[in-house]
Formats: sequence, structure tokens, C-alpha cells
Amino acid sequence: MIFVELLCRYPYVTGTSVIGIKYKDGILMAADMGGSYGSTLRYKSVERMKPIGKHSLLGASGEISDFQELLRYLDELILYDNMWDDGNSLGPKEVHSYLTRVMYNRRNKFNPLWNSLVLGGVKKGQKYLGTVVSMIGVHFEDNHVATGFGNHLARPILRDEWHENLSFEDGVKLLEKCMLVLLYRDRSAINKLQIAKITEEGTTISPPYSLKTFWGFSAFKNPTLGAEGSW
Amino acid sequence: MDLNAAHSMGTTIIGVTYDGGVILGADSRTSTGLYVANRASDKITQLTDNVYVCRSGSAADSQIVSDYVRYFLHQHTIQLGQPATVKVAANLVRLISYNNKNMLETGLIVGGWDKYEGGKIYGIPLGGTIIEQPFAIGGSGSSYLYGFFDQAWREGMTKDEAEQLVVKAVSLAIARDGASGGVVRTVIINSEGVTRNFYPGDTLPRWHEELEPQNSLLDILNTSSPEPMSIQ
Repeated sequence: MIFVELLCRYPYVTGTSVIGIKYKDGILMAADMGGSYGSTLRYKSVERMKPIGKHSLLGASGEISDFQELLRYLDELILYDNMWDDGNSLGPKEVHSYLTRVMYNRRNKFNPLWNSLVLGGVKKGQKYLGTVVSMIGVHFEDNHVATGFGNHLARPILRDEWHENLSFEDGVKLLEKCMLVLLYRDRSAINKLQIAKITEEGTTISPPYSLKTFWGFSAFKNPTLGAEGSW
Repeated sequence: MDLNAAHSMGTTIIGVTYDGGVILGADSRTSTGLYVANRASDKITQLTDNVYVCRSGSAADSQIVSDYVRYFLHQHTIQLGQPATVKVAANLVRLISYNNKNMLETGLIVGGWDKYEGGKIYGIPLGGTIIEQPFAIGGSGSSYLYGFFDQAWREGMTKDEAEQLVVKAVSLAIARDGASGGVVRTVIINSEGVTRNFYPGDTLPRWHEELEPQNSLLDILNTSSPEPMSIQ
């Protein structure tokens, strides 16, 4: 019996959730900049979202070395596409399809890339947001997607509050609301994040920044009053 | 005691950039299980004239990776006609670490100086992730240094400040990590070249619950009187 761990193994340096939403002009994506090493928050400046070609933006969670390798594959793919010099360029649908094939074929050989991916982009006015859910290669598209903890904590918020034609400001606020919950409740989250936007014009990734957190609930001040030893 | 256990360099390794170059630092203990196989190892290995690597984890794995990289870099330098850049060296290390991730158990810190980017440090932990950092720590002893560096690290230190920071840090890690010990070695790399330094235990500061080393109890008895051996 061949086990995954024999051929590949355990993840070492991992990134946590990525969230992506469609908005009026394109796609907004958010991810923190943490690279965890087990339970240690070892690296705090890891960029987990990268532009791919002219029309796509890739966010990844999971093993960072595998994400770096994927970026190399994609670099080659985009280069090859550019070399044709035929006026055509790979759009987000195509890149997502390529990623899915790579992930699924690696899975079939019991040598997966230990990542969950979010691929968003706009081409010729068409917005596209797809996710490759895991190293197994399951994939789908939707108006809002998330990886890891984001599935459990962010998507319920998005199901409730996402709507068609969000403005940039509302989109950012919505993503920040989700990222704040993740910061409170995901042990591998760090308070240093980036928000990326991709529109017909191109990609912009914000500089790293931190969110203010709230601890001022009166219940927080003396939570064990009347029940010493509880938490 | 398992004397046939693999040689592992428990280790504390550090790489730090400063205003003008980099400082690499390491302890010198190589253990075989609980036995200290080598108490004066040199874990800072040369890859090229201007790029060195700090090795941690399996002694064998880290040696073979650095041997391969040195071999490839040597050829690359001949073909390129000028010194290899730190980035190229680090990426070669990553290539080998990543492509053999199932078999290797080694964490490396590549540091050096080239004329294009100046002093650079690249961390390459288990798995083969490559990450450029202003400073990097690795090895089992590094667990005790995360808090220390969070507080003590500053951008734009001088060469002497940076070296003192590295020596202090390795020495603190040695104090608490059983797998680290021996002497502190440093390598300074900048535009002027490479300098190796060696700090044996007696030159390092004393930390909490550590005492000044003596030749013998007899010296203590002879210098002070009568208290040391007073009857309880």
C-alpha cells in the first residue's frame, strides 16, 4: 500500500486562509503574511498572493515551498504563452484549468503539491473566481471562495453579506471583517495582511498592514467571577 | 546510549545582515544521540569566495547538499566569468532541498555579499522554501531566540554591533539548548572579503545561574577564608 507520506510527506512551512470575492470591477483577495512552522509563527513577511500574467491573481495556503514551485511552473507557462506573440494571452479560466490539471495529476501519482489555491481574474470584462480546494485537485468557481479556516469562519459571513456589484470600499470592508474573525479565531493567523485587487486594468497588491482588534467587552474583564477556575 | 544514531547537528545557526555585509554565526556541537561526537565542528561552510552556508539538522544531509552546491557553483562561476551572486547560490540550495524533500532533513542559512545586491541572507528551512530575510535563525537552539531577536534586532547596525548580537544570541541558545554547545564561530562577509572569528566559552558572558569557571575548589578555598567550607 502506498501512502502519501512516503512520497510526499508532511508540510513544513505553511500559510493559512486565503479569501477571494467578486466585486463590481473584478476580484478582491485577502491573505495574511504568515508562514507557520508547526505551531511556531516563524515567518511574518511571506507574500501569499502573486499576479500571474496580465489577467490573473493567485493566492495560496498550505506548504510555501510547493507554492514557490507552482509559481515557477506558472512563470514558464506565461512565458511560453508570451513567446507566441500572437496578441492572445492566458486568462484566469485557463490558468485555473492548468492549475487544476497539475494538482490532480500530482495527486494521482501520490506526490501532491500541498496547497489550496484561489485563482481570480478579469478578462474582456468577464470576472472569474475559482478555487482548487486541496492537494486532491477538487475545484469549483463561485462568487466568494476561501481556503482552510476561511471556509468555516469567513464563508458564512460572505454568504450573508456578499452581493453583486459591491463597491471597492464595501468589498475591502467585507474582507477585513472576515480577516478580523480569522485573526481572533485561527491560531495560525498573524496580524499582518495584504489585500489584492485585480480588474481589467491590472493587479494591485496593497502594502502590508495590521488591523485593530477589540477587547473591550465587559465580560472579558472578569470572566471567571463566580466560577473560579473556569475559563 | 545509541552510538549508532545518525550524526545530527542539533545546532544554533544565525545569519544577520548589517550596513555593508552579513555576519553568519553558529555553535560547534555535533551529537550522535546523547553523545557529543564533535565539540568543535565548523558548521559555517564555504560555497564560493563570497557565499557561505550555515548548516543544521542531519550532518550528512547538510554536508552533501553543500558539496553539490559548491560543485555546481564552481562550474557556474567559470561559465559566468565572475563571482556567483548570493541569490543564485541560495536558489541552488533550494533546488536540491526542494527536489529531495522526502529524503533530506536539513535546514540551511545562505549568506554572502555580491556587488549587485550587497549583503543578503536567505533562509532555507525543511521542505525547501526559500525566504530572503534581514536576519535568519535556525536549528534546535533557535527556538530560544525568537523572543530575543524580536526585541534586540535593529535595521542598519554596524559590523561590530551585528557581530556582538550574533555572538550573544548563539551563547544564549547554547545556555538552554542541550543540542547546542562548544564554541561560537562567526564569519563576516562584505566587499572587503571574508573574516573568520572564534569565541571559546571563556570569552562569552555568564547568563542566569551560570558561574565563573574555576580551576579548582582549592583556589576558592585559598583566596577566601573561612566561609566556603563552614560547618552547617
